[in-house]
Amino acid sequence: MKNPERDEQLDAKGASRRKFLRTTAAGVGAAAGVPAAAEAFDFETFFQKNFRSMSDEEIDELTDRLARKYEKKYGKPFDVQATGPVDNVVFGYGLDISRCIGCRRCVDACVQENNQSRDPEIQWIRVLEFERERVVRGFELEDGNPYYDHEQAPAEGMVYLPIACQHCEDSPCTNVCPTGATWEEPDGIVVIDYDWCIGCRYCMAACPYGARHFNWAEPNIPADEVNTNIHPLGNRPRGRGVVEKCSFCIQRVRDGRYPACHEACPVGARKFGNLLDPNSEISYLLKNKRTFVLKAELNTRPKFFYFYG
Amino acid sequence: MKVYLAEFWHFSKESLALVTRGSHGYMAWLALLVMMILGGAWAYSNQLSFGLVTSNMRDPVSWGFYIGNFAFLVGVAAAAVILIIPAYIYNWGPIREVALLGELLAISAIIMCMLFVTIDIGRPEMVWHMMPGVGTPNFPYSLLVWDVFVLSAYFVLNFFVATYLVFMSYTGRKYNPAFIMPIIFLSIPLAISIHTVTAFLFMGLKARPFWNEAILAPRFLASAFCSGPALLVLIFQVLRKVRPIQISDAALRKIGELLAYAMAINLFLLGCEVFKEFYSHSHHIIHAQFQWFSLEGGYGIAGYSLFALTCNVTAFVIFIVPAFRNRIPVLLCGCVLAVAGVYVEKGLGLLLPGLTPDVIGEVYRYTPSLNELMVGAGIWGVGLLSFTFMAKISIAITLGEFGYRRT
Repeated sequence: MKNPERDEQLDAKGASRRKFLRTTAAGVGAAAGVPAAAEAFDFETFFQKNFRSMSDEEIDELTDRLARKYEKKYGKPFDVQATGPVDNVVFGYGLDISRCIGCRRCVDACVQENNQSRDPEIQWIRVLEFERERVVRGFELEDGNPYYDHEQAPAEGMVYLPIACQHCEDSPCTNVCPTGATWEEPDGIVVIDYDWCIGCRYCMAACPYGARHFNWAEPNIPADEVNTNIHPLGNRPRGRGVVEKCSFCIQRVRDGRYPACHEACPVGARKFGNLLDPNSEISYLLKNKRTFVLKAELNTRPKFFYFYG
Repeated sequence: MKVYLAEFWHFSKESLALVTRGSHGYMAWLALLVMMILGGAWAYSNQLSFGLVTSNMRDPVSWGFYIGNFAFLVGVAAAAVILIIPAYIYNWGPIREVALLGELLAISAIIMCMLFVTIDIGRPEMVWHMMPGVGTPNFPYSLLVWDVFVLSAYFVLNFFVATYLVFMSYTGRKYNPAFIMPIIFLSIPLAISIHTVTAFLFMGLKARPFWNEAILAPRFLASAFCSGPALLVLIFQVLRKVRPIQISDAALRKIGELLAYAMAINLFLLGCEVFKEFYSHSHHIIHAQFQWFSLEGGYGIAGYSLFALTCNVTAFVIFIVPAFRNRIPVLLCGCVLAVAGVYVEKGLGLLLPGLTPDVIGEVYRYTPSLNELMVGAGIWGVGLLSFTFMAKISIAITLGEFGYRRT
């Protein structure tokens, strides 16, 4: 992923897909109108197994079922791919704090890409604003403010720290889940089975980074904005009463593309790649920059690294 | 065996007839409970139609009133049975009565615990996902799975013991101590374990420094030893007023003495906690500041924390001074204060400072919504109703008004 030619290709592909989505979505959305708020009881979904105990055939059935269900709900075709992990790949993220300007374009891109509810609003990425004076003593997340509202960012004397799921190696959230509905995949992505989660929110109490969000009400995504390229463990639309979070854009990265937040960042503060590949950009950063992880004393071993450029 | 089944069928039928009859006061009490339950059912149907958005819980404070009640009631369930130990050691007259009413209270408290956890879940219809066999319980890692297992075991055990004792005396048989006493004594370590596991559920979370303290489990037990027996004293008092049952003042005073020790330990542990937070003054102090001073700019729980502290200290003074403790009306006031104090301290008083500010510093000032309160009241209605029925049956049998003559 460090090859600049490949990067350009990725960007072009991403851009053209976005354009395609925009043009098709406008027409279909108008025809489909408002999607139905609640779904009828579905026998097959109710008795569905935990994703981890499904055979390949059962996963195929699941992707078909999801495609049918969402097509009916949003009135347009969905491409559901349950792409599995690739051998010798463990994903890692790097974020250059000295570059981040707090514009929150990553937040918008994430909401669009990952089908987060628009009403009520759910945002997987929170950008925390800190007073520079306080940060000289280190980032204490308690001092951050996610609700800053200036005409322009960055504001004078402020620094920014975007935070989402840290994809910990020793993740407290997966340990506490009573149903085994959330786990770390072989490529390091911590995922949730949105059909298996019972909504007890123990993982939310356990997560030290506030990465997990609950669907307190029926989530709403306008049909003309829904992203139809979905992964069952990633950006598929979720239901009411389950917990959701960042999946490193599993639907994109397992396809060789960058996460949406990475593409959206206007200052190149975001870096992403394979930690096992010694030549990847993320490996270069870990070797050559001074990096740190949030709440290191908790020993959760995040695969999300912050650094000063 | 067949005889037992026939007799048990008869017992169930007659019990049902018994609990639906009673004085005007009794019927008014039932009417109140039924109203609470209906209100709760209506509120819960709201929650099912719209989601947990009907509560005031949100992402920063993702557990609230429901889980607070759960923590309190696990303590009641545990302590009610633990009272069997002193009842046995001090040989309080008919130990069977004390043990039995303790078990009945434990059963009702566990029913409420189970209900409070279930209604807190976003998709209760999927709760089978954590059952062994059909689901994939995350055992032994998830303390919630442990909690469900020990609570269920505790419920089954107490339900069996209580039914056995009641049924035996209903049919005029003498219960077999060699058979039942070992089971009763088994329920004592299990009582301690349900509360320890519930404390571990919070204690194990390194993301929440306010809970991530070794002192939490002993504090849970100490406060449970306050609230459970205090509640039992109040129940004994009510029961001996409305029915001619033999519970001596001496027995209540003994429980009062026990409460003095329990409250002393509870307050001591609280003092240790407060000292550690405020003297060491690390970043984590912010949770204790929220607990005692509400933080700047807005509603907080400081008022409730001080209320709970005042209740507990006053109750302690009443329990420790023999002149107060030995006057039954004063003792009863102490018990009311202890129950109220522990309910606040261990309910939202435990939950909210643990979750506020949240892990990224957001201060969301939670108060339960009306819908939440109604659902909670409904569950208390179910618990009180089940206790009322069970107590009525067992007392009627004890008094010899209700029984079955074998031919």
